[in-house]
Amino acid sequence: MEILQEVWSVRLDLLQGLWLTVLISLSAIMLGTLLGTAVGIVLTYGSWLMRLPARIYADFVRGTPVLVLILAAFYILAVVGIDLTAVQAGIFALTLFCGSHVGEIVRGALQAIPRGQTDAAKSIGLTFGQTFVHVLLPQAIRQILPTWITAATEIVKASTLLSVIGVSELLLTTQEIISRNFMNLEFYLVAGIIYFFIDFGIERIGKAVDRRMRVG
Amino acid sequence: MSALLEVRDLHKRFGDVTVLDGVDLDVEAREVVAIIGSSGSGKTTFLRCINLLEEFDAGEVRIDGEAIGYRMRGDRRVREPERVIARQRAMTGMAFQHFNLFPHLTAARNVMLGLTKVRGMHKAEARAEAEKWLARVGLADRCDSYPSQLSGGQQQRVAIARAIAMNPKLMLFDEVTSALDPELVAEVLATIKDLADEGMTMLIVTHEMRFARDVADRIVFMNEGRVAEQGPPAELLANPKTQRLQEFLQGTAL
Repeated sequence: MEILQEVWSVRLDLLQGLWLTVLISLSAIMLGTLLGTAVGIVLTYGSWLMRLPARIYADFVRGTPVLVLILAAFYILAVVGIDLTAVQAGIFALTLFCGSHVGEIVRGALQAIPRGQTDAAKSIGLTFGQTFVHVLLPQAIRQILPTWITAATEIVKASTLLSVIGVSELLLTTQEIISRNFMNLEFYLVAGIIYFFIDFGIERIGKAVDRRMRVG
Repeated sequence: MSALLEVRDLHKRFGDVTVLDGVDLDVEAREVVAIIGSSGSGKTTFLRCINLLEEFDAGEVRIDGEAIGYRMRGDRRVREPERVIARQRAMTGMAFQHFNLFPHLTAARNVMLGLTKVRGMHKAEARAEAEKWLARVGLADRCDSYPSQLSGGQQQRVAIARAIAMNPKLMLFDEVTSALDPELVAEVLATIKDLADEGMTMLIVTHEMRFARDVADRIVFMNEGRVAEQGPPAELLANPKTQRLQEFLQGTAL
């Protein structure tokens, strides 16, 4: 069991990489969800003047490979004088990516809610803000959850691309380990298993939340 | 003493189509008025204008003396801001053809939402009030059921309880039995009749001619966006004056 010994000996490196992967993914998912919710609201209820930039952003970013976004965030922002570390640039790029997808998901969910819901809420005297918070959003969240989980797992997978700008997340850490011990097959397998469990975990959590909300 | 609801020369267009073409109508406090007419005659749009769910292009709607929805700024007619509209909407309650209950909330929570958010009640107080009104529509034992667990007739009664719990000056019913199975219609109509008997002011758009005759103090026949004819049910249904109403009644089984 040479492999287990080998894994044990580099466990701290692996944990470090795992930690960075989780940190980056979680930040991008949370920030991207906030951004995407705002974009989805604007796309659904905004005047065309507000919708236009939101639409351009969503379509443009969704039509761009994530790797290009990451490289652009790292190199182009530096050129215009915004100095981000590789990790910050990576989180920024993944947030943009996540936000564009979540924006579309939120828009779809909000538009799928029957108009009668808004009518009923208004007819009892709720303002638009109250209607949104108490009537539309809770219904939209149930719709969103399954697709949102998919988007979240996509972000974890996309975080591997940060290795190209030198962020020592799990994949780059694995590559560094392999460059020392030459155990290609074994360590890519280890990395694969870890990624699987992260995404599997996200999916389980999502399913559990989904079940709790699916009453009535 | 002026009427509780006063509508003057109400006009509403959707693009090129004129839906309301100068509606005039007064409804006295405690009066029950049924609106009949073929589809496309503007009945539903008329109710939605009174509840400010639709904007209207010209004319005036007054509830309890207050002009709602618009004000004059100089000689320009401007829509009231959102907060004012929301307050004015709460003066009327509305029940819809498709119930429009909030599916993520229990029956009691459906009723409580407006009580806590609009009328500012505390949760316990609102809960007691919700239970009271749900009992009034015969659903005391279904307070904690979700809409999907209720029959259509029960859902519609919850929706009515949700509207009247807000203590509106005027209740609007928009074809509330049209989406129901025939056997469930009676329970909803009985609920509305009870409310009418207790003196609630109501405007009821309906296809149930028998119900209109039994419950309403007055029937209004709308045609092509106008009030074509109105009068006490017995008289109006027995001796329609306009040809259009005669034709309409022939097509409707009493």
